[in-house]
Amino acid sequence: MSDRDLHTEPHSFWTKYVWSQDHKVIAIQYSLTAIAIGLVALVLSNLMRLQLGFPGAFDFIDPGRYYQYVTMHGMIMVVYLLTALFLGGFGNYLIPLMVGARDMVFPFLNMLSYWMYLLAVLVLVASFFVPGGPTGAGWTLYPPQAILPGTPGTEWGIVLMLVSLVIFIVAATMGGLNYVTTVLQARTRGMTLLRMPLSVWGIFVASILALFAFPALFVSGVMMLCDKLLGTSFFMPAIVSMGQPLAHGGGSPVLFQHLFWFFGHPEVYIVALPAFGIISDLISTHARKNIFGYRMMVWAIVAIGGLSFVVWAHHMYVSGMNPYFGYFFATTTLIIAVPTAIKVYNWTLTLWRGDIHLRVPMLFAIGFISTFVIGGLTGLFLGNVSVDIPLSDTYFVVAHFHMVMGVSPILAIFGGLYHWYPKITGRLLDERLGKLHFWVTFLGTYAIYMPMHYLGFLGMPRRYYAYEGYEFIPASAQDLNAFITVAALVVGVTQLVFLFNLAWSVRHGRPAGANPWGATTLEWQTPHTPPRHGNWGATMPEVHRWAYDYSVPGAARDFIPQNVPQEAGAGGEGPVWGGQV
Amino acid sequence: MSLLAALAVKPWLPQPPDPGRAAPRAPAAAVGLRVLLGVIAMLFALFAIALLVRARLPDWQALPWPATLWLNTGLLAASSVALQFASGSARHGRERGLRGALAAAAALALGFLAGQGWVWAQFVAAGHFVASHPAASFFYLLTGLHGLHLAGGLVALGWAAAGLAREGPGERSARRVALCATYWHFLFAVWLVLFALLASSPGTLVALGSAVGMHSH
Amino acid sequence: MALAIALVVIVVATVAFHFASPWWFTPIASNWGLVDDTILITLVITGAVFVAVNLFIALAIVRFRHRAGHRAAFEPENRRLEGRLTLLTTAGIVAMLAPGLYVYSQMIAAPDDAAQVEVLGRQWQWRFRFPGADGRLGRTDVRYVSADNPFGVNPDDPHGRDDVLVASPELHLPLGRPVALLLRSHDVLHNFYVPQFRVKMDLVPGLVSRFWLTPTRAGRFEILCAELCGLAHYNMRGHVVVEDEAAFRAWLAAQPTFAALR
Repeated sequence: MSDRDLHTEPHSFWTKYVWSQDHKVIAIQYSLTAIAIGLVALVLSNLMRLQLGFPGAFDFIDPGRYYQYVTMHGMIMVVYLLTALFLGGFGNYLIPLMVGARDMVFPFLNMLSYWMYLLAVLVLVASFFVPGGPTGAGWTLYPPQAILPGTPGTEWGIVLMLVSLVIFIVAATMGGLNYVTTVLQARTRGMTLLRMPLSVWGIFVASILALFAFPALFVSGVMMLCDKLLGTSFFMPAIVSMGQPLAHGGGSPVLFQHLFWFFGHPEVYIVALPAFGIISDLISTHARKNIFGYRMMVWAIVAIGGLSFVVWAHHMYVSGMNPYFGYFFATTTLIIAVPTAIKVYNWTLTLWRGDIHLRVPMLFAIGFISTFVIGGLTGLFLGNVSVDIPLSDTYFVVAHFHMVMGVSPILAIFGGLYHWYPKITGRLLDERLGKLHFWVTFLGTYAIYMPMHYLGFLGMPRRYYAYEGYEFIPASAQDLNAFITVAALVVGVTQLVFLFNLAWSVRHGRPAGANPWGATTLEWQTPHTPPRHGNWGATMPEVHRWAYDYSVPGAARDFIPQNVPQEAGAGGEGPVWGGQV
Repeated sequence: MSLLAALAVKPWLPQPPDPGRAAPRAPAAAVGLRVLLGVIAMLFALFAIALLVRARLPDWQALPWPATLWLNTGLLAASSVALQFASGSARHGRERGLRGALAAAAALALGFLAGQGWVWAQFVAAGHFVASHPAASFFYLLTGLHGLHLAGGLVALGWAAAGLAREGPGERSARRVALCATYWHFLFAVWLVLFALLASSPGTLVALGSAVGMHSH
Repeated sequence: MALAIALVVIVVATVAFHFASPWWFTPIASNWGLVDDTILITLVITGAVFVAVNLFIALAIVRFRHRAGHRAAFEPENRRLEGRLTLLTTAGIVAMLAPGLYVYSQMIAAPDDAAQVEVLGRQWQWRFRFPGADGRLGRTDVRYVSADNPFGVNPDDPHGRDDVLVASPELHLPLGRPVALLLRSHDVLHNFYVPQFRVKMDLVPGLVSRFWLTPTRAGRFEILCAELCGLAHYNMRGHVVVEDEAAFRAWLAAQPTFAALR
């Protein structure tokens, strides 16, 4: 793969931007597709909030549509936006550049991965236009409900959803093979494992999780397709549905839940670990200080990744499974809090005695810590089995997973985009618009989700179309719901500012230079910005130091890039093309 | 350097020059294939666990086990052996043995797939449809998926043969054939596990499930 | 700087909101007060961490924000500090997990003298069945379900004949007596949820799930479905009436038996 002739720039528009095998172009394709489908999910969430905040005011949102919005919003956000953007977007862009490779090790497979992903998205979108519409079974797609009448989208929607997921899993596997093998085999000279930036570590371990967790979703999805289309009874017990006995019999709905969550819980960390890595690099760079406790941060990523495979049934405390499982899964779940807490401490200790530049990426990074802490801490309620039982299936859960898996990873994505956009396009995103975007999003999400925990304490169940006539819910809860809806609409509309910024700054942003933040990692040391096909020009970079030589005592500048030799670094020679904003 | 030692260094201190680059790394395709085999192993392991759980429910009944399946197993084993022989021939540059062994491996694998199809036809004729009972459902699903994986392997084998025809024997061809052989042995091992699971009596499956910690409701 | 102020404001507003919030647990009506206590322990510990982390970040921003000539320290790691924080975290985790598991061990061990009630869910109704004079519920199977046998009770099982069938979504329970609820579903997943009882459990077609409690407060409480079960999930209503033994007996005696309905 190091043959230079393999990396001559493609010339035609089609090979350069469409059938491209360049990891950077594929990263952009993945990211734009993910953002586009994510916008659909954002609109769906606002439609849901309209019904909850102002029940009945919008006629077209009937219960069927409401449950379809719930389902599609959840599935799109978790799988088609977050997973695709972190691995297919950030993973594709950053891994080869950060480890000093010319491209992914299997560029053709990489291209195929994107086109499979796009196909998965298109199949999913198609379900909005088929008779009966998309499935409304909830993103967890629990059988028997997901394939029985009484649920929207049991004609076509559920089939398209499952087919789309199967295609997505093939795409994710193709991508994951590339990411893992590239990190293992294509690191440049001197790039030892512990010299890799934490972004690469996070994405690397998340890719391994994805490779080994998605098969569980594949298995459950294929078996449910058989139950739906061929009449098998993997998950379907004997049932009388709406007065009609069905031909199914003997299957186990709980088996589906075990398989689903064996995928579903690692999935949380497939999203969280890349965010952890990106945040670590953002904080270190913008605080001009090495990440505190780098080794502990790596070990914590590995430990969290491993533990994430043995906690799945904490989603099933009230599922009717063997109650003795509760002891095991509560214990493993709370153990995982220890390495997670260490990561939070080390981020804050990196800030301490730093030289904190509150640029837009840093604002988002600190916003991430604050929101992630809430989501992590409320996880301690839900992981601890006896505390979970009153709170499960209430708005406490909704608030929890949106903080930990919605808001905080999205803030990490925003931070990452503001941070790396100048490398991708050569121009900076507009700072004033960025700050507006940050403040509304950060404070707005607090306004949405913080009070929502208290609706959960009250006992308001989730996935309800309406709450009229329940005596234990006071009228004031409706006022709170209206407030939350207004906040959600404001946050939703503000994302348009970000999209405008993304598009506008491509041509009109301030030119960034090669290394606007004064960062040490290799992607900022490319000979061209944006990097050209093959990334490194004639000579491959050689790595001489770890990724966090910020403010090294005795050095002239407050950062020493990874490719600067040890002696030169001590002498304080910065790179020739560096330049700080 | 062992992995644990590599993860314990203090990277902010000056390191000795990277010894990892002194020795050439394994080709990426070999590593990629090993990762892929891990993923496929996970896939079938999860199906196996699902089968063990499902077999504990009261409606499970054993499948009849036609002798054709033993024959098919033999075909796949022979195909695997032929490919191993091809891999050895390619490594040592024995061109004639290589071509013959590749053709034999492909023919035997196609024979296996045809044999599996024949068993499907036998089952359908005997009234064991995919939805008739859970053991039959698992049989069609697992043999089908395994067959798809083998069909994918045949595509890769064709690609290796095309490379051989284009470039003649050499290091690249040898590497491709070796990768195919690894994949073939792996799929044969998967088939043995599936064979054992699908052929087991309900009692054996329950005992097996209990041994890996499953409980009855 | 604005960010430091924002973090402090968030902390103050959150704490203020907590104490001023009119939205809080419903008054408890079962024996599971220990659950509320465990939640409170968890809330205190996690709340303290939330306040501490946010204030620490705010302080770091105030003290170490960029100023001309300022330079960051170089501090790759501090094993002692990291070790202490790990120990402290572990202690906090144990302080939450230990009471949690203790309470859980009680939640899954129904007392021997607990009375049995069956809860049957179907889209989108609740129904209930009490054992008759023999104290045993008759066996059931979905095969037997029909218009005149809505519970699917096995007609050949003698224990089923005297079972008391409640054909409305209103369940009566006697005050102060432990009761084990056996949960069944005929179609999809449901979840029997009474906020004031604190416990809940899924109804799963194909198996019988269970939980137990002792009602400790007389009154009429709402039953909700807490597992998405289709279009009318939000409207699968029912009631539990907790009343004294005599009133309960009178109500139960007025309900028909399986035999009487056939």
